Amino acid sequence: MEYKLPFEVYNKNLKKGKLLGLKCNDCGTVTCPPTMACSECAGTNHEIHELSGMGKIVTFSVSYVGAEGRQNEHPLTIVLVKLDEGPWIMGNLIDLDPQKVTMEIIGKRVKAGSKMFPGDKYSAAAARPLFSFI
Amino acid sequence: MRRVAVIGTGHSKFMYNSPKTSVEMLSEVAMDAIMDASLKPKDIQAIFAGNGLGDFEEGQSSVSSYVADDIGCFNVPATRYEGACASGSMAVRDAYMWVASGFYDIVLVGGVERATAIGVPLATRAFCTFADSRYEFPAGFNYPASFGMLTYLYSTTYGVPLERLKELMAGVSVQSHEYGLQNPNAQIHQALTKEDVLKSPMISSPIQLHDCCPFTDGSAAIVLASEEIAKKLVKKPVYIAGVGQSSSGKISSQSKHYPRIRARELSVQQAYKMAGLTPQDIDVCELHDCFSIAAIIASEGLGFFEYGTAGEAWERGDTRLGGKIPINLSGGLKSKGHPIGATGVAQVCELTQQLTGNLVDLGRQVEGAKYGLTDTMGADGIVVNIILSAE
Ligand SMILES: [Zn+2]
Repeated sequence: MEYKLPFEVYNKNLKKGKLLGLKCNDCGTVTCPPTMACSECAGTNHEIHELSGMGKIVTFSVSYVGAEGRQNEHPLTIVLVKLDEGPWIMGNLIDLDPQKVTMEIIGKRVKAGSKMFPGDKYSAAAARPLFSFI
Repeated sequence: MRRVAVIGTGHSKFMYNSPKTSVEMLSEVAMDAIMDASLKPKDIQAIFAGNGLGDFEEGQSSVSSYVADDIGCFNVPATRYEGACASGSMAVRDAYMWVASGFYDIVLVGGVERATAIGVPLATRAFCTFADSRYEFPAGFNYPASFGMLTYLYSTTYGVPLERLKELMAGVSVQSHEYGLQNPNAQIHQALTKEDVLKSPMISSPIQLHDCCPFTDGSAAIVLASEEIAKKLVKKPVYIAGVGQSSSGKISSQSKHYPRIRARELSVQQAYKMAGLTPQDIDVCELHDCFSIAAIIASEGLGFFEYGTAGEAWERGDTRLGGKIPINLSGGLKSKGHPIGATGVAQVCELTQQLTGNLVDLGRQVEGAKYGLTDTMGADGIVVNIILSAE
C-alpha cells in the first residue's frame, strides 16, 4: 500500500509554507506529520488536508549543545506546538532570543512558517516548521 | 513455556576511552559469564547481543558474529539487536523467549558500546539517528532537548513549580552519585551536591550537565539456561519471571499521553502480568535514568509512585537502600554509566547479584530481596522491562 502523503510531498509543501496532513474519513482525526495509518483509528481511509499552521506552544527546550555539523544553529528554541486541528508538531520558535525564553511562552499562540535543514552526511534535507507569535 | 534462569554474569568496568575494541570488550565479559556458569564456549548454542552504534563508533557492525568467533563459539547463530538505549534488554527478552520455548537450552546474551572514542559532537549526532530523521531531527532535536521538553510538561501537567522540580531532579542525581561511589564498575566516582547539579552548565533547558548521564564505553553479558540445566550448574539460580516490550512513534505522536510514557506502562504491565506480581512486590529496581527527570517519570510509570510525586519520594529517601523501593543502587545510568548496547544486560547483572545476596561487601545489598525489576527506554519510547525472581 502506498502512502497517501509521503515525506517527499509533505516536505515540498512545507518548504513553501503549506502544512499538509491527513484527515480521516472514518473518525475525523487529523494526523500531522503524516503516517500511513490514522493516528487515532489506524484506518487508511483518509484524505490530504491542509492545516492552518496555527496553534499554541505546549512545551519547549532551549538547546545549547548541537549535534556534529549543527552546533552553529545553537542556542535554538525547539517547541512542541498543539495545532488548532489537534495534532502536535515539533519546530523552532523565532521572534524571541533563545536566551530570553522562559516558561512564559507556554500557551502562547503561534503560526507556522518554514525553514530548511540543509541535510548532513547522514540525513536528507528537510523543511521544519518555524513558529512566530501571532 | 518453561522457566529460564540467569546462571552466569560478566560486567566490565564502565569508563571513558576504553583501550579495547567493542569485540574485545564484549568477548571478555562473555567469557567471564560462561566461566561463571561453569560452562565452556562449546556449550553456548546461540548469541544475542545489543549494540547501538558500532557503525559510527568504530566502523564495526555485526559485532555478535565476531564475538562468537573470538571466544570459540564457532559458527553459532549470533544476532545483533538495535533498539537504541534498550538494545541490550531487547536481546535479553528475545534470548529468554528462545530458551523458554524449548528451542535452545543454553544461550549467551551480551551488549557493548564504545561511544566515547568519537567525541561528544559526533556521539550526539549518532544518538540523534534514534529520533525521527524526517519529521523531528530537522528541528534541531536531540535527547537532552527531548527530556527538557518533558520537564516543562511535567511541571505544567502536575503543577510542580519549575524551581521545585529542578531541586527534586538534582536530588535524583545526588543519590545516584552517592551509590556510584560504592560500585567499583561505575564510570564516575564523584560525590555531588544539589548545588553542584544546579550550577552545572545548561545543556538544553532546563536540563543541566548533571541532569544527564555520560557517554560510556562498557559491556555486560549473561548466560541463560533452562531450569533443568540451571539447577545442575548453580546453587541459587535467579529466574526470569516476566518480560515486557513496547514501541512508540516520534515525540509529537505521543501527545495524548505525555509526560507519561505509554510504551513503558504497556511494557511493564506485560511483565507484571506474566510474573503474577504488582509494583508493591518488587524489592529492588534498576531503571532508565538517562536524565534525572527520566528517573522520576519512569518510577511513576512502573507503578511505584503516584504521577507527579516521585521527586518527593527521592527526597524522602523512599528510593534509598532500606527505603520503600530501592532504585539504582548501582549508581544508575547517571553514575555507573550508560553504554547503550550493554545497559539492559548490565541491569540484569546487577539485579542477579542483588537476588543472590552478593552485594553485602559492597554495601548495597537489599536484605532478603526476592524480586527485581529492570527498565530501559530507547529512542522516543522503545521500552523493555524484565522481572527477576530469586526463586
Ligand atoms: Zn481515523
